[in-house]
Amino acid sequence: MLSAVLVVAGIAVVLGGLLGYAAIRFRVEGNPVVDEVDKILPQTQCGQCGFPGCRPYAEAIVEGAADINRCPPGGEANIQRLADLLGREFKPLSEEVGEPRPRSVALIDESRCIGCTLCIQACPVDAILGASKQMHTVIAAECTGCELCVAPCPVDCIRMEPIEEDLGNWRWRYPENPLRAA
Amino acid sequence: MRRLHSFPGGIHPPEHKEQSTRLPIAAAPLPPKLVVPMQQHAGAAARPLVAPGERVLKGQVIGAPEPGVSAPVHAPTSGIVVALELQPAPHPSGLMALCAVIEPDGEERWGGRAALDPFHAPGDELLRRLHEAGIVGLGGAVFPSAIKARVNGRRIATLVVNGGECEPYISCDDMLMRERAPEIVRGIEILYRLTGAAEVVVGIEDNKPEALAAMRAAARGSRAPVEVAGVPALYPAGGERQLIKVVTGQEVPSGGLPLDIGVVCFNVATAYCVQRAVELGEPLVSRVITVTGNVHAPRNYECLLGTPVADLAELAGPGADTDGYIMGGPLMGFRLPSPRVPVVKASNCIIATSPALFPPPPPAMPCIRCGRCAEVCPARLQPMDLYWFAKARNFERAEEFSLFDCIECGCCDFVCPSHIPLVEYYKFAKGEIRTLKRERQAADTARDRHEFRLFRQEREKQERAARLATRSPKAAHAEGAPRATAETASGGEE
Repeated sequence: MLSAVLVVAGIAVVLGGLLGYAAIRFRVEGNPVVDEVDKILPQTQCGQCGFPGCRPYAEAIVEGAADINRCPPGGEANIQRLADLLGREFKPLSEEVGEPRPRSVALIDESRCIGCTLCIQACPVDAILGASKQMHTVIAAECTGCELCVAPCPVDCIRMEPIEEDLGNWRWRYPENPLRAA
Repeated sequence: MRRLHSFPGGIHPPEHKEQSTRLPIAAAPLPPKLVVPMQQHAGAAARPLVAPGERVLKGQVIGAPEPGVSAPVHAPTSGIVVALELQPAPHPSGLMALCAVIEPDGEERWGGRAALDPFHAPGDELLRRLHEAGIVGLGGAVFPSAIKARVNGRRIATLVVNGGECEPYISCDDMLMRERAPEIVRGIEILYRLTGAAEVVVGIEDNKPEALAAMRAAARGSRAPVEVAGVPALYPAGGERQLIKVVTGQEVPSGGLPLDIGVVCFNVATAYCVQRAVELGEPLVSRVITVTGNVHAPRNYECLLGTPVADLAELAGPGADTDGYIMGGPLMGFRLPSPRVPVVKASNCIIATSPALFPPPPPAMPCIRCGRCAEVCPARLQPMDLYWFAKARNFERAEEFSLFDCIECGCCDFVCPSHIPLVEYYKFAKGEIRTLKRERQAADTARDRHEFRLFRQEREKQERAARLATRSPKAAHAEGAPRATAETASGGEE
């Protein structure tokens, strides 16, 4: 009787110790679901969703503080992906956050730039190069098209250029399927 | 005799090749204007080196290659560059591409041409020559040959030379082999030397007996162990992976390269250009192209790159009811957006179409899951499932079903009793998947940059706090106000 109690108690202590060790050793930092949601978001960091960047929005979605339909650059395809991931109902893009715009990059009219650095401070991905009283320019390859640099510019020399289709990014269209009953 | 193998699937479409092989290859006359695109190869487009108004010599470099996978572009004839502008590209999209427009002076005056000794020149020099001559794979993929031939010490068991030319209507490689077999074999010898292959096999479909005979005769006196194998005519036996399977019995792994199984493969036309580049010092400025279909005198022309398709078709006399042109073959080619587009390195055939010759496809009917597409698929895929996934935009599943092993040969289209444009769906799905991957990558970069920015801002804040803390309270009191403003200003700048 006593030995059985001791054996069971011993097993309990060993397993408890293992579990306790595992809880410390394999501790998960942060919420992994947030990472998954963040992976789906387009990382424009544009703030159109009302949160200061994609990760804060991802956190809000997971906490249930925000809906999944507040990201215009991601479009409906991304809402569908979020709905699939989180097991929520698909919703069309929220009207509060505005229409999705064509993908574009910022372009600085360099002859009008006064070198105030305000756009540099606004750019969430450090895609604008320049220094005080020096001309600024946008690194087009790094620009996410968030438009955050447009408003701060005191001389309105930044405009958004839609990315045009060229031979490099052209892709085949969905086949027109003239499906017809014969 | 070599024991030949077979690849799965394949079809026997009507060949239509004999009509363009009755006449020998003719040299196309100089067109009034040549339109030379800066991108005629896989990889990065060449950087233009000439300005409008500049006089160029034949063979002069007018587009410099970018680092990495790229190739130079040469002036196809001597004359004056009249424009450097966007022109319709020979591309299914109909989009514009940067081209140099050259007005020939009619003199065909060459710039410097230096021959190399193919058997004594160092290998590196030969490779450099291939690169400088702008040699790319003329079988259709236009991958720079110098990169392919640089095997970097890897052991090559077999050099496969592709004379398959399996697609209907096309006969440019056939005619080239019939008329210029000795030059092709000399080119093969150079490639043999560069790759250090143990053996060389030229695979030619057995529906080209004249080409087979000519190549066999030329190979007899060769310094390289060249074997000419007549492979059974079965579309797509001229596909790189299919031909390698037929002549070596080995399969190129999914997502891999022939190099992974110790094989390199070049087209016969590429071998011909290699010979010209090395022994004559001529860069790639012309190619043989089949002009056929709805024309009075279908034949093969040796034409300068940049010749507008309309000028070339005019030579063969297009029929009155010609309603367009296909570049490439009827199975893998594409309808040209305009007859003004130029011939480029990748162009092997121009087919004039008429409603009688190429009637519009009948309307697509629902898939009845008969499985005929799977029977003919040379990549052993399940085309009906891929179609299903592509149509439903279920790209992950399509990728799981090895969509990217599809070589877009069109066998499934050809046999589909419901006339579904299957390959169009695969092309669409491939494009979407590539775009998604690119966007995902861009998003990852943006995330990293944003996180680094947040980290940097945090660090700057801490550094500022640390600086303020270390300063003696007296000094801080004395210069506190002016310093603080100065720092805010400088802290704001990047």
